[in-house]
Amino acid sequence: MDEAAALLEPLIPQLRRYAYAMTRDHESADDLVQDTLERALSRWALRRRDGDLRAWLFAIERNLHVSSIRTRRRRPESALDAADEPGGPATQEAGLAARDALEALDHLPEDHRTVLLLVGVEDLTYEETARVLDLPVGTVMSRLSRARTRLRALIETGRSGYLRRVK
Amino acid sequence: MTMPGAPVGDDDLAALVDGRLTPERRAAVEAWLAEHPDAAARVEADRSQRDDLRARLAFKVEEPIPSRLRIANIRVARRARSLSQLRAVAAAVALVALGGAGGWVAKDVAGTGQGASSSPVAFVSDAVGAYRTFVVEIAHPVEVRAGDEAHLITWLSKRIGKPLKAPDLTGFGFRLMGGRVLPAGAGAAAMLMYDDDAGTRLTVYVRADKGAETAFQFMREGEVGTFTWLDRGFGFAVSAKADRDRLLPIAEAVYKDLGA
Repeated sequence: MDEAAALLEPLIPQLRRYAYAMTRDHESADDLVQDTLERALSRWALRRRDGDLRAWLFAIERNLHVSSIRTRRRRPESALDAADEPGGPATQEAGLAARDALEALDHLPEDHRTVLLLVGVEDLTYEETARVLDLPVGTVMSRLSRARTRLRALIETGRSGYLRRVK
Repeated sequence: MTMPGAPVGDDDLAALVDGRLTPERRAAVEAWLAEHPDAAARVEADRSQRDDLRARLAFKVEEPIPSRLRIANIRVARRARSLSQLRAVAAAVALVALGGAGGWVAKDVAGTGQGASSSPVAFVSDAVGAYRTFVVEIAHPVEVRAGDEAHLITWLSKRIGKPLKAPDLTGFGFRLMGGRVLPAGAGAAAMLMYDDDAGTRLTVYVRADKGAETAFQFMREGEVGTFTWLDRGFGFAVSAKADRDRLLPIAEAVYKDLGA
């Protein structure tokens, strides 16, 4: 049996879920997962055998996603990824309100989304998440706390805005 | 971990939301929350948002894995790409020989020179190092100018009994400036340099490398982007101060040209 396939395939559903939450597009999400798996296979021999495979894969996936955002942003003709531009159009938008957590997530910057998803949805420990982001655990904790504060505010606004509209 | 009796902090509240407290600490934090309704409400909101997020994304983990993401299929696709490169070896041999004919040696240029069985990382750092060293060179960016190419290529093609060409990148606005040879461990590496009207320089670096075959990999060091791949005993690197999207079609053209 192929060792790489046996170890990687059980993790594909999680890689797809994180990719979808980040891209919010099914095709782009699977493109991202495919790139991640190709990269993982090409570096299979280089991975640390005692290391955490899941954290390693999420790190590859997240880095690929971040560099694709950067590439898009460098091209002047493409629209900025509003969610990744603090103070950008999305944040100033009057309708900045979210009726659920997934919608709210779209308004947060990439690193906030990543900690919320890896910790809250993918069940990575704080230490694993720190490894994925290549940051100290303390920084991850404060980022998580800021991300949750923003998420609460977005949903709060969304709820009151929604109520006002139905009245 | 925090002592059970320590004052409650933000980290405790986060760990409570994420279910990562020991039972003793959890009891202490919950007792504290009973007296701090604002904090308790925030914890409750965080919990319900996390659950909401999970619920909204749950369908994605339930979906069957698309066949293009099966590891076996990803491997097949990678191999198919390598096979189309059958003749790249001949071209690579010739390129290395082209360097050898020039006979230019500068041991310090190619870095540590781990050579033939170096890791992809060392290969890339040698290729990027070579790019950085010569791309800034005004007087002697190349050892053999493109004008002499026909003569050299003819001679080399005769020597190895196979037609050879330098990749044609004019479609991307890059003209061949020439090439040079660089030391690479026990062997040699060949570098071809191109430039465009804006003065952007691009290098194609080839050397013998026994590493396992790989698909295209993109690396960035500062402003320099590099696509590399290893195939049948040779490593290839295409470097330029260009972003991934501009470099990818060029790397693909080099791939095709050296394989055609």
